[in-house]
Amino acid sequence: MTTEVGSETEVRKEPEKAEEQPAAPESEPAATNQTDEAKAAEQSANDHPAPATDSAEAPAEAKEKQEEAQPADNATPQEGEDTPASPPASEKKGISRFLPPWLKKQKSQSQVGPKESQAAAKEEAGVASVKEEDGEKGEQAEAEQTSSPTAAQPQVEEEKINGEPKPEQKEEVKLEEKEEENHSTGSADTQPAKEEKAAEESQEKSAAEEENKEAEEGGEEKKDEEESPKPEGGHSFIKSPLKLTKKVKMVMCHVTMLDGSQFPCEVEKRAKGQYLFFKVYEALNLLEKDYFGLSYKDNADQTCWLDPTKEIKRQIRNATWQFAFNVKFYPPDPSQLTEDITRYLLCLQLRQDIVSGRLPCSFVTHSLLGSYALQAELGDHDSGEHRLDYISDFQFAPSQTKEMEEKVVELHKTHRGMTPAQADAQFLENAKKLSMYGVDLHHAKDSEGVDIMLGVCANGLLIYKDRLRINRFAWPKILKISYKRSNFYIKIRPGETEQFESSVGFKLPNHRAAKRVWKVCVENHTFFRLMTPEAPIKAKFLTLGSKFRYSGRTQAQTRQASTLIDRPAPYFERTSSKRISRSLDGAPMINVTEAQESAPTSGENGREPGLELSSDSKSGRLRVQGENIYVRHSNLMLEDLDKTQEDVLKHQASISELKRSFMEATPEPRPSQWEKRLTASPATSLRLQAQGSLEEEMTSILFSKFACESGLVDPGCTTTRRAAEGAVVTASGPLASALLTTEVLLSTDESKPTKHQRCPPSRTQEPLPDLTVDTVAKSADDKQKSGEAAWQAAEVEIEETVVVEEIRVAPKGSVTITTPEVITHVAVESEVEKPKDKVMEEQKRPVSVSSDSEEEEEEEEAGEYHPQVTVSASVDQIKEEPEEEGEEEEEQQVNEEPVAEPLPEPVVEVKAQPVPAVVEENSATEPQLAPVAEESPEDILVTPDEAPNGHAESPEGHPGPVALEEEEEEEEEEPRVNGDASHSETERLPQVICCSEPPVVKTEMVTISDTFAAQKTEIATKEVPIVHTETKTITYEAAQLDGSGDGEPGVLMTAQTITSESLCTTTTTHITKTLKGGLSETRIEKRIVITGDSDIDHDQALAQAIKEAKEQHPDMSVTRVVVHKETELAEEGED
Amino acid sequence: MASVLPYGRFTHAVVRGIPETFGKVEDEKNNRVENGETAMDLAKAQRQFGVLTGALRQKVGLQLIEIPADPELPESWRIEDVAVIQGDTALITRPFKQQRRSETEAVRRVMSELNLTVVEMGAEEGGSAGATLEGSDVLFTGREFFVGISSHTNYRGAEVLADTFRDFAVSTVPVCGGARLKNICSMGGPDTIIISNSDGAKKTLRMMEQLTDHHYEVLTVPEGAAANCVYVRGPSKVDYLLHPPTEECPESVPVSEQWSLGYFIKQYFLYPRYCAFGKYIAIRIYSYPLTYSTFCCYSLNLKWIKLLFFSPIYTH
Repeated sequence: MTTEVGSETEVRKEPEKAEEQPAAPESEPAATNQTDEAKAAEQSANDHPAPATDSAEAPAEAKEKQEEAQPADNATPQEGEDTPASPPASEKKGISRFLPPWLKKQKSQSQVGPKESQAAAKEEAGVASVKEEDGEKGEQAEAEQTSSPTAAQPQVEEEKINGEPKPEQKEEVKLEEKEEENHSTGSADTQPAKEEKAAEESQEKSAAEEENKEAEEGGEEKKDEEESPKPEGGHSFIKSPLKLTKKVKMVMCHVTMLDGSQFPCEVEKRAKGQYLFFKVYEALNLLEKDYFGLSYKDNADQTCWLDPTKEIKRQIRNATWQFAFNVKFYPPDPSQLTEDITRYLLCLQLRQDIVSGRLPCSFVTHSLLGSYALQAELGDHDSGEHRLDYISDFQFAPSQTKEMEEKVVELHKTHRGMTPAQADAQFLENAKKLSMYGVDLHHAKDSEGVDIMLGVCANGLLIYKDRLRINRFAWPKILKISYKRSNFYIKIRPGETEQFESSVGFKLPNHRAAKRVWKVCVENHTFFRLMTPEAPIKAKFLTLGSKFRYSGRTQAQTRQASTLIDRPAPYFERTSSKRISRSLDGAPMINVTEAQESAPTSGENGREPGLELSSDSKSGRLRVQGENIYVRHSNLMLEDLDKTQEDVLKHQASISELKRSFMEATPEPRPSQWEKRLTASPATSLRLQAQGSLEEEMTSILFSKFACESGLVDPGCTTTRRAAEGAVVTASGPLASALLTTEVLLSTDESKPTKHQRCPPSRTQEPLPDLTVDTVAKSADDKQKSGEAAWQAAEVEIEETVVVEEIRVAPKGSVTITTPEVITHVAVESEVEKPKDKVMEEQKRPVSVSSDSEEEEEEEEAGEYHPQVTVSASVDQIKEEPEEEGEEEEEQQVNEEPVAEPLPEPVVEVKAQPVPAVVEENSATEPQLAPVAEESPEDILVTPDEAPNGHAESPEGHPGPVALEEEEEEEEEEPRVNGDASHSETERLPQVICCSEPPVVKTEMVTISDTFAAQKTEIATKEVPIVHTETKTITYEAAQLDGSGDGEPGVLMTAQTITSESLCTTTTTHITKTLKGGLSETRIEKRIVITGDSDIDHDQALAQAIKEAKEQHPDMSVTRVVVHKETELAEEGED
Repeated sequence: MASVLPYGRFTHAVVRGIPETFGKVEDEKNNRVENGETAMDLAKAQRQFGVLTGALRQKVGLQLIEIPADPELPESWRIEDVAVIQGDTALITRPFKQQRRSETEAVRRVMSELNLTVVEMGAEEGGSAGATLEGSDVLFTGREFFVGISSHTNYRGAEVLADTFRDFAVSTVPVCGGARLKNICSMGGPDTIIISNSDGAKKTLRMMEQLTDHHYEVLTVPEGAAANCVYVRGPSKVDYLLHPPTEECPESVPVSEQWSLGYFIKQYFLYPRYCAFGKYIAIRIYSYPLTYSTFCCYSLNLKWIKLLFFSPIYTH
């Protein structure tokens, strides 16, 4: 292995170095700029995994910068497009000049990119490790990939990332492609390299940083190194390898184990949750790990689950790095668990639950369970050895009485001869019958404001009032789960006698609580409800698609995987917290910590090298060949990647061109002012916002411009689009509950229909370091092909979906790269205009993709989840996925409508519903358009209906866009899969969940939408709690450009809606192309909704949005900016 | 004690005799109307009480504890209402009617003598103030409790019950089509609920089905009276179903026969007195229309406590 590693390393390093060199300049400056060395290191680390990416991005950015700085250079961008490889270098030079503004962006991008790339690396590493390394490694790899559903997703994402990111991360893409092609070899190479690097890093780390590492830690590190080839371990190592010189900031995590012991674990600051998971699982020697999770306390002291697919730091924010290892999914039948160690851990958890009072039980049950616990730990009762006080060390109940202890002893005596494993089994058999077993309670209020508890469990959602169960919604009865702000909604499948489904709303203490409940529901439903082997996979897909989905294995899958466990029962010490157990076997007393230490080693021994927990465990390559969906992904990805690289390069070039054009084009004073405002990082402002009343702000910005790009566009590259979404809020910053909606309409008139006009590849440069999403549309062939590369931010799952779609598209020649938004988003979308001829042709081709993506994005805001995809119960699982997406969208709409929120719900619908969608689509489009209309922005905010007004008023005067859009959309739906590539106009859906889903999904979505449209809305209106809001609307209009397009009716060529969501921001982009006379006009309307618990600096957010919009659409002008601020009057204590 | 057996075997039955003042209660009109207007016939009631106690002793083989009737308490024979027993815990309830609350004293003593853990619903004031609960609104299926929210039982009472029996889910359901939950439904076998086919009862059943995590077989009987049965798991490994005689519920026979579950229900309505069919023995104990809130049977599975808590059956 080592030898291989070495060779591989070298190989890898070379490319990396090459890449790094270009990238290095950028990154370094960035680092310098950013005072934080750590950040730089991180970036570098990130860069390492995806050096190519960064470099690629850098060039692109550089180009953009150049454009900005030097608007005149049109040639460069074009060249870039033509020759992808060349641009970077040239660009780099330019980049160095422009470092300051972009650096930040780069950072953000790089960060995102790195994560993904890392993930990818991890996957690869994991694969390699699996193949090469021991069973342990394999297990770990599996764990990363398959075992933890999350892992699987991450992998997928990673893969996708690889493919998608390519545009941005050219280098990486290339490398990855190579790797993919080479599969095992490639992966192995990378991994080994990583390993070496990792080792180096570790050394460095150890030397430079802390030598605190104890023997254990050292061992761990070694393990890590070994593991590093594996996904997680690989991450950090991989990262570091690229830039050996830079330090990787390590953070010490403390994990409280179920036995009460503390498990110290050093992780890279940027490490994802997965890494920590693996370390813990490894320490425990636990194979059936899917039932478990890591929890942490957030700032509000609420317990949250650590998402393995996301960076730890982002999740815990300012909280301490203190975690707890807990059972996340309580198996309804513990007897079906394969290993005793799993049951043992479950017992520990239940004992904890009982003592804490979370699992109430009667005196008798307390006594009985306590007696089994005694039997398991102490063995048979020995009257001589065991005095009555021997149990005083144990706690059996929240309030323990002498009487109970006596009872426990009495019962303990009856268990004579029972082995620890049997005692545990008996314990579980009795505990599982308790009514509150596995029920996760959340405080809430019903629609009437009555305090209730929401209990999420394996079977569904339980509603408690005090201790009484007053309602119950089994998973099969739930059509959709959603949350909006602090409200949590479930849509109920209509009963036999009911015609319409009803929805039930609950009021949670705050936005986060609502989201937490929603996530728990999604995870539990996915884990317990999706059973069939086929469905789970899809579920995973879906999961990936929507932002929050359970990414791990389902119970069915984990059970299946458990059947493959073929290791001798691992030895483990049963210890109760706070006391040293006397082992029945007479084994020496061991401290918990010691036990843990020993555990890993034993685990290694115990594990068979070849042992794989999950079917997925096989390396990624293998997967590809396998039947798993994952495999498909990987394949697709590979294809895409190949195509993508070139595309990416072109794309970048196009972007640069666009930027340049933009620079030239934007003369207006206002933008500049805005830009000035922008200088202050919005993120910062957002952070500062105090958490107060819920605010909604909508800012709509219309950019209208006649884009005449004559020389810039290459015939080959028609459309370039890039949407970058930046997180307004840094990870550390609290999510703002306020909704900020910014709509930006960008309208571009193409002056040259004949030529291939390059639509403004919009790239959003987000000042926010944390989040950056780039969507790049690229045209490869004569035909204008638009590729979107999606960067999946570690956090964004939706993006993955997008990838899938892209894959589909890819075969047709179009490559799409989408970059998901990390946290807060500012999504800027730019449309590329193609020559009329092409456009016409392309128009014929449906552009379905875009619409879908938008919807999904919106979904993020209000979390939506359709547990049961299909109304028809028969194939719930399969359908579920599609429905979920659709439902989400629908839900959002529904929610929004009642609340009268400005969010563009309709857009979502459009995607989902082909036919029904039309109406909805209109509505969706309307809202977007509305901003354009100066008349009543407020109206828009209030209701989606505004749109119509907006159309009429819209300066550009696209009367027909709505209708046209609808038609197009309808057409698009089917074609989506095929067609995106062909359309230059194609909308980039940075985060399209829907897209990822197969055609089936669409159908489902349609169904869903119908119901939603008709029934849901009504229901929602009725049931949704009324939110009192204040609305302010401010309209900024650039008079200059507006008038130009208005008068002419024009012919609608294309209309697209894209929505992207980040944690607290939803961006909807509506792109309308119209042919007026000989000119084609493109109008882009963006609506950005920022939701947050805290106040948001509106000015900054607006400035940010405008800035991004401008950046993205250099050749377009901002014609209107409408800011709508909606503040919810804090009544019931939002927070 | 190997494990918690929620619906354990019965060992004891507690009944309370028919007072001289039987039928003098004006407030029970609801019940009477409910079960078909029948005259309150003291003689008949006492006769039926004899049948019941005889069946419990001789057929089922339970130890019968009979609390003497108290003329001051005309409704004291509804002993089911004043205590809810599960496992080793007896919850002494607080009946809705003030005058009935003194019925609990005698029952409480018996419970204590049986070494049951006695839980009071609480003082008139305090945490459980205002809580009312009557055992005839409580259906224990062996897996969970259903508490009917009726004119006699409120949410607070249900909460106290839930707090007392923590091992089990306690779900509240509206009582429709009857004054008491157990007027419209009762357990008819393991995981089997017998329920009348009235619209109200169906509504209640739907709610129960919605709230439960388990699956229950449902036996629908045309007469409300037929829904009032007692499923007894006797100490002799034989299960019994106490049910109204066929002449009381002539319509219920075909329903039973058609029931697919079939192993015992199919037969028990057909046999004049009782039938031994498989492991189940159905005993016909009623001679004539009875009030059907009459039975109260709870089981204890713990070794050291065996009790069947039974109230007499009476006809109005």
